[in-house]
Amino acid sequence: MSELSVRHLLGIKYLGEKDIQLIFETADHFKEVINRSIKKVPSLRDITIANIFFENSTRTKLSFELAEKRLSADVINFSAGQSSVKKGETLIDTVNNILSMKVDMVVMRHPNPGAGIFLAKHVNAAIINAGDGAHEHPTQALLDSYSIREKLGDVADKKVVIVGDILHSRVALSNIFALKLQGAEVKVCGPRTLLPKHVESLGVGVETDLQKALNWCDVANMLRIQNERLDINYFPTTREYTQQYGVNRKLLDSLDKEIVIMHPGPINRGVEITSDVADSKQSIILNQVENGVAIRMAVIYLLASKIKQ
Amino acid sequence: MSQKVLLSSKEINIILHRLACQLLENHMDFKDTVLIGLQPRGIFVAQRLKKILQLEYGVKEINLGLLDITFYRDDFRRGDKPLEANTTKIDFLVEDKKVVFIDDVLYTGRSIRAALTAIQSFGRPQEIELLTLIDRRFSRHLPIQPNYRGRQVDAINDEKVKVMWEENDGEDVIYLINK
Repeated sequence: MSELSVRHLLGIKYLGEKDIQLIFETADHFKEVINRSIKKVPSLRDITIANIFFENSTRTKLSFELAEKRLSADVINFSAGQSSVKKGETLIDTVNNILSMKVDMVVMRHPNPGAGIFLAKHVNAAIINAGDGAHEHPTQALLDSYSIREKLGDVADKKVVIVGDILHSRVALSNIFALKLQGAEVKVCGPRTLLPKHVESLGVGVETDLQKALNWCDVANMLRIQNERLDINYFPTTREYTQQYGVNRKLLDSLDKEIVIMHPGPINRGVEITSDVADSKQSIILNQVENGVAIRMAVIYLLASKIKQ
Repeated sequence: MSQKVLLSSKEINIILHRLACQLLENHMDFKDTVLIGLQPRGIFVAQRLKKILQLEYGVKEINLGLLDITFYRDDFRRGDKPLEANTTKIDFLVEDKKVVFIDDVLYTGRSIRAALTAIQSFGRPQEIELLTLIDRRFSRHLPIQPNYRGRQVDAINDEKVKVMWEENDGEDVIYLINK
């Protein structure tokens, strides 16, 4: 297979296993490119991409922008904070105004789940979902799996536990879809209040004891508490959360094997992960960031190749 | 569709030896020269030439890199088929080196144009030469000519030159295929 089965990247849910393999193989080539002294290729010189962010982001926005620039695309950036959205403009109007400036692709982050899917139905451009509410964050899940593949050789049959605020996390949902699609075993771990009801129906195991979960897994993906989305108290105190669900050196040393530690960022040091663990050689957090650029280059390149002249 | 043999295994072998000697004449010990096989099919020619130079002409060390030009092509989004990338592997510096591009068939010259852009990502070579096993005369879209050529062929646009290698396709042979 040499092309994606989809025109947009709205979620991992819409991809097949072969799509993921194609994205990874293409990312391998781009990873080689971004390690050259000149890290740029001219492929997308006639493509214009708009990065539309209705929600804050540092890493994802920078990573997308860098990926776009390394492919030689023209890039425009739009943040809702400084825009006419504040004056009451609708999403479709905002995007259509941007598209009338001859934009071929839109990378969008939005607080509402399904915003990307809605947009894909109503506007004529390739859409990449860079996070829609608590729904999906497909490029994060792709780079997480890619980093596991790089570290452990393969994703199939690996045991991955996702720890933390699963309820409000788009990273968790996209990761569950991506890992299951590639044949990994997945468990989620966190306080009951932060685990979605019926999460088992996605084919994942549930564990509330962190030590047991870590003893079981090959990889632990640590998520932060999404304080901005917590409308009520889901646990008594941050200190109590850290005691039960924070990973520290002592806990890792008590395991009978060395597991891989991941974190999608931003890290709350001392809450879900201590500094010595985050900066240890078991952690592949910075590899994830590097791989993010290669993965996003691959996704943009493959989707752009489906935009006909 | 009909096909005829353009070059047999024996003829290919003789040509490769001649090309190796021509390279040797210009580059001697290959100290300041690097060979770059162009993906996907030029790498077979490059690997054969390296083997001949080392085993039969006693050249001790030859740097051989593989260059993929997919992301530098000028027909992205213009064809029906998506472009598939291959591995690039250049684990030496090309800065100030004499670079020899090696490909199997020179046709429109567009791949070589892309390769000329791509190699710049690895430094500024002192000079670049082109070696091609088959040179399809009268079909160039760009002002590009080889420095070393195996065989010149007058093929019309409907015809296709197919180069096959023992290590990849089971036998050494070059066909001229009439579509």
